[in-house]
Amino acid sequence: MYTQGKYPIIAKKAIAKGMFDLTVLCPDVASEAVPGQFVQIAAEGFFLRRPISICDIDKDNGTLRLVFEVRGKGTEKLSELNVGQNIDMIAPLGKGFKVLSGKKAICVGGGIGTPPMLSISKLYGKNATAISGFRTAALAILQDDFKAAGVTPILCTDDGTAGVKGFVTDALKAEIEKEKPDIIYACGPMVMLKGVAAIAEQNGIECQVSLEQRMACGVGACLVCVCRTVRDGKEIFSHVCKDGPVFDSKEVAFGG
Amino acid sequence: MADLSVNVAGVQFKNPVIPASGCFGYGREYERFYPLSRLGGISVKGTTRFERMGNEGPRVAETPSGMLNSVGLQNGGVEKFLSYELPNLKTKGTRIIANIAGSTVEESGELASMLNGSGVDMIELNISCPNVKQGGAAFGTDCTVAGQVTKAVRDATDIPLMVKLSPNVTSITDIAKSVEANGADAVSLINTLLGMRIDIKTRRPVLKNNVGGLSGPAVFPVAVRMVWQVANAVKIPVVGMGGIASAEDAVEMMMAGASAVQVGAAIFADPFAPVKIIDGLEKWCDENGVERLSDIVGTVQPW
Ligand SMILES: Cc1cc2nc3c(=O)[nH]c(=O)nc-3n(C[C@H](O)[C@H](O)[C@H](O)COP(=O)(O)OP(=O)(O)OC[C@H]3O[C@@H](n4cnc5c(N)ncnc54)[C@H](O)[C@@H]3O)c2cc1C
Ligand SMILES: Cc1cc2nc3c(=O)[nH]c(=O)nc-3n(C[C@H](O)[C@H](O)[C@H](O)COP(=O)(O)O)c2cc1C
Ligand code: FES
Repeated sequence: MYTQGKYPIIAKKAIAKGMFDLTVLCPDVASEAVPGQFVQIAAEGFFLRRPISICDIDKDNGTLRLVFEVRGKGTEKLSELNVGQNIDMIAPLGKGFKVLSGKKAICVGGGIGTPPMLSISKLYGKNATAISGFRTAALAILQDDFKAAGVTPILCTDDGTAGVKGFVTDALKAEIEKEKPDIIYACGPMVMLKGVAAIAEQNGIECQVSLEQRMACGVGACLVCVCRTVRDGKEIFSHVCKDGPVFDSKEVAFGG
Repeated sequence: MADLSVNVAGVQFKNPVIPASGCFGYGREYERFYPLSRLGGISVKGTTRFERMGNEGPRVAETPSGMLNSVGLQNGGVEKFLSYELPNLKTKGTRIIANIAGSTVEESGELASMLNGSGVDMIELNISCPNVKQGGAAFGTDCTVAGQVTKAVRDATDIPLMVKLSPNVTSITDIAKSVEANGADAVSLINTLLGMRIDIKTRRPVLKNNVGGLSGPAVFPVAVRMVWQVANAVKIPVVGMGGIASAEDAVEMMMAGASAVQVGAAIFADPFAPVKIIDGLEKWCDENGVERLSDIVGTVQPW
């Protein structure tokens, strides 16, 4: 079943410039949710809901964490929600990440693509490395959360103000050279995903990517949220909300 | 308890609320929220003769109180509809309206004949999709062609035929009269209004198709006006849609002349919109001493 309901916000933190971290009490959703899925949140005064990834799932306490960046007027409105207020969401949506239990994973997050990497890396704990890239130190998020989960974090910044200077793809290559993982997870800008997918393919490593597209229904009925994928050697339009947001990187037609 | 049932061109609906084509798929997704048997009927995603990929993304742009879409009739084709979607839908206890769109007059007739004996309750012939370059809108904006395509479908089938009209025309009443004269049993309106949004940072249209169809509450007053004009111009029943989001909107649309209503984009904001509207209509009838909802159809008293 899908649920649509209003759920109380029980914690809110500003974790970086323009980035917010909400904890929502929603036991019915938390009990069903898996890493990689997302929710559709209503922003007061806006017609369409905003898709936001599930950052963390706490099944014991029945909560979800949602981490988002203010990108426009809708997310700005969401950032005004406070503890005690309700959040109207449809959840949990989409297909989550494939999990290889007991194996080694590298999770690669670019900017606001980092949040979904937390819940999946947690399933691997010390068997996971989380590489995250941000433009600058002030935008870096979730590094302590990775550490707390036993995951090895590797922070990259474009300008070198924190962690390693450079791109996540360079850090990924270096990590693979050290120890080849069984699976790579990635979420972030299309160019980054394309780079990660290419590295995975060169090294013969399975790779799961989480894609973004503008959405309306969020459940697979309206067909607006397309991405190009390959099935039986033929390019088709799949729908990010229902067929994804997680895809095997080999299925995605990155183009160019 | 009030009687919510309505009759459109001989087809009995348990209530007048029908999710609109393209906004509800084939019901599979929304069945995970509520039983489809609650609904008066379902107008399924536009079906073409052959599978269609649809347009490149992004296919949606938000607007004040609404949205633009440029899906471009992505669907699996009529054969897949008949073999995969319809058998499942027939078990759901609701009326099934097959929404079809041909790329030529002949193909429209062929599509209709393929539905003969399939068990669909009604055909909704879409002559108004703004998102396909072939046919589509061209059928819906020319009285003669609209009449021809209606006739081709009429000649191909005895299934009750509803023709869905485009609002992107100078005179929607002329088109309505032409399809009535060519054998339509009902008309439905409105399809989306052509619109555009531009991202001022990139100076690019938000939609990859540049333009798309506007729907949602933003179009409601336009839809009410057109339904009222058409209901006054033809004798066949009118099914009204465009921006309906509440039971009050549905009542208003019915007073304008709609025998039943379809609900589209409102479902994206609230998946429960159709069932909330049904419950609201029942409450509205009880509160207003209306025993039979169909009695309010066309009862607006113009100045
Ligand atoms: C599956 C999925 C998961 C996501 N997870 C997160 C997350 O965890 N944290 C986070 O900060 N952001 C996430 N995003 C991106 C987020 O949805 C957008 O930043 C947000 O919708 C922007 O809304 P706005 O009103 O602030 O911006 P505006 O640009 O004003 O929005 C206008 C319209 O475009 C849509 N839109 C704009 N940018 C995007 C985008 N990148 N993706 C999809 N729709 C967009 C909006 O939803 C709205 O309908 C995710 C997107 C998807 C598809
Ligand atoms: C995403 C989307 C897809 C649509 N696809 C179709 C379609 O395939 N065939 C059709 O006749 N109308 C289609 N429509 C038009 C709707 O059925 C309806 O006429 C229109 O959206 C106005 O109603 P609303 O404001 O309640 O959405 C589509 C509308 C939307 C928003
Ligand atoms: S958003 Fe409607 S199908 Fe994906």
